[in-house]
Amino acid sequence: MIESLVKGLLIAAPFAVVAVFWIMAVRERRLAGNPGARGFFQHNGVPIGIFLLLAVGFWAVVMIVLPQLYMVDYSFHPKLPPKDYGGPKDHYTLENYHYFIFGSTTERDALNTTHLRAFFLTIVCSIVVTFVNFCICYPLAYYMAQAAPASRVRLLMLLLIVPFWVNEILRAFAFRIIFGTSGILNNVLMALGVVAEPIDFLGLDVGLYTGLSYAYLLMMMFPLYNAIESLDRNQIEAARDLGAPWWHIHLNVVMPHAKPGIASGCTMVFMLSAGALAAPQILGGPSSLWFTPIVYDRFYQAFNWPQGSAYAFILLLTCVLFVMAVMRVFKVSLGEITR
Amino acid sequence: MTSRAVFRAMLGFYMVLFFGFLFGPLVVMGATAFNTPNYPQAWPFEGFTLHWFADLADDRDLMDGIWNSLVIGLGVVALAVPVGLAGAIVMTQIYWRARGLYYLVVVSPVLTPGIILGISTVIFWKDVTTATGVKALYDGFFMTILGQSTFISAYCMLIFLSRLQRFDRAQEEAALDLGATQSQVFWHVLIPFLRPAVLSAALLAFLASFENYNTTTFAILSDTTLTTVLAGRVRQGTTPAISALAVIIILVTLAGAIAYEVLRRREARREAAAAAARQAEENLEGGGRVAAATA
Repeated sequence: MIESLVKGLLIAAPFAVVAVFWIMAVRERRLAGNPGARGFFQHNGVPIGIFLLLAVGFWAVVMIVLPQLYMVDYSFHPKLPPKDYGGPKDHYTLENYHYFIFGSTTERDALNTTHLRAFFLTIVCSIVVTFVNFCICYPLAYYMAQAAPASRVRLLMLLLIVPFWVNEILRAFAFRIIFGTSGILNNVLMALGVVAEPIDFLGLDVGLYTGLSYAYLLMMMFPLYNAIESLDRNQIEAARDLGAPWWHIHLNVVMPHAKPGIASGCTMVFMLSAGALAAPQILGGPSSLWFTPIVYDRFYQAFNWPQGSAYAFILLLTCVLFVMAVMRVFKVSLGEITR
Repeated sequence: MTSRAVFRAMLGFYMVLFFGFLFGPLVVMGATAFNTPNYPQAWPFEGFTLHWFADLADDRDLMDGIWNSLVIGLGVVALAVPVGLAGAIVMTQIYWRARGLYYLVVVSPVLTPGIILGISTVIFWKDVTTATGVKALYDGFFMTILGQSTFISAYCMLIFLSRLQRFDRAQEEAALDLGATQSQVFWHVLIPFLRPAVLSAALLAFLASFENYNTTTFAILSDTTLTTVLAGRVRQGTTPAISALAVIIILVTLAGAIAYEVLRRREARREAAAAAARQAEENLEGGGRVAAATA
């Protein structure tokens, strides 16, 4: 009973929010008593106005908000055969989250170490990848934004864009060719006599971490470049004239100015590597577990969709928390991050 | 002077490392496409062959996947570009109290991991199908197009927004004063102004859709696209035919990237020229005013 009520509320909620804002807008315009102000349809004409409303309504409500709400709702249901949907067994439950922590839907004897370990490892590694990416990209971003002549910047930009357009799977495949046991790196090392036996780079996750850092380099590069480019070069000159050492200039002049760019790059890279699926599937060793392939297996190997939804929601919450933390630490707004 | 030389050497070293890292893997993969062993091997190079390229054409699964990716890509362009455009226009007009929430909602897909977009789309439409009984809605193509469009529309919207910021409202007012209807203003003033943005949004949408894997692998169900076929192959271990495909894709995307860049450059140049002309005009007017005042 309560289940269908909640579902009805979920569907009604976005429309109610839109309606409330619409009424407030109309009221405020009336009260302002400004005869020049025009309503939405007077402004756009009826046909265009209808197109705008339908397109945005479909996108925001049907494509974005409702699916997310449904996924969250679904994650609080037990796994059931289709005939039991809406039946007496279909009630709200925390068992999927319980399973994530304890490895069982009812027992509390042991922790679900495999999944918990994968989850925390994914977060920690994504943070490390993000930091490494920042270190790799910062010098080039600074060089392009402040030091290089314009023609060279254009060339460098083009060089940066090209690998970005090669799809994720082929990029991961390239690293598999390099790091595989009979890959080029092992062949070269053995030919040089550095090692006698091939090293299992993929098993050691070297391939995974390199592949992840590689895949999202440019998501860090462009925001950084854009942010540093807007810094007035006179500020750097002034700091230098006043005798600041180079690392002082970067720490106290360039980086504070580039804060929105740093925040934006870090958020994107963290989100993309925590949510990466192709690289862990292709480059992960047999013993290594990234969180996203586990989510994938909940759906297509365990066929436990509600549990998969719960895992996906946990991942989503993590990303939301990270974005909020970044906004807090860097004191930037959402608009600055997504620019 | 020596410290400067040291600095330059360090910079050069860093650039070599950086671009080596960036292009090394692609070069290695490219090399395996022309090497004879039937496992992707870049070195030792045992003999030159084009055999792997010929193999590609006979690969039915792969060809089907490419075809499906093309269809989905076009579907995404057809959906995401108009939706992104509408999203941007609404953003400029929306009631100020609602703007923050609206922005949060429509930009959130950009910051959401792709697999979650795929999962939530599948779950939602599965439920809609059960509720309405319309089986056609629970379809891999349909859901992939919708799932990808959730975030690609946001990319398109951001492109349109940055262009709209430079739109001169006076043009609209002038057209209205001259008796144009709202629809005419939209089609004959706003859309021509946005045309370069429409082109780059369409190109970006197509490429983003074509190379998407995370959302697609959930939403496509039992159908296949290029990326899902590739992922299956690569996981099983594969022949260098995949490298040959990669070489082709790199060449095609290179052409695409250059076309995109050229478009953007041309727009930027036109923009700069227009700004310069406006500046010159203002200077003239200003000069005229000064002349009038002194006279």
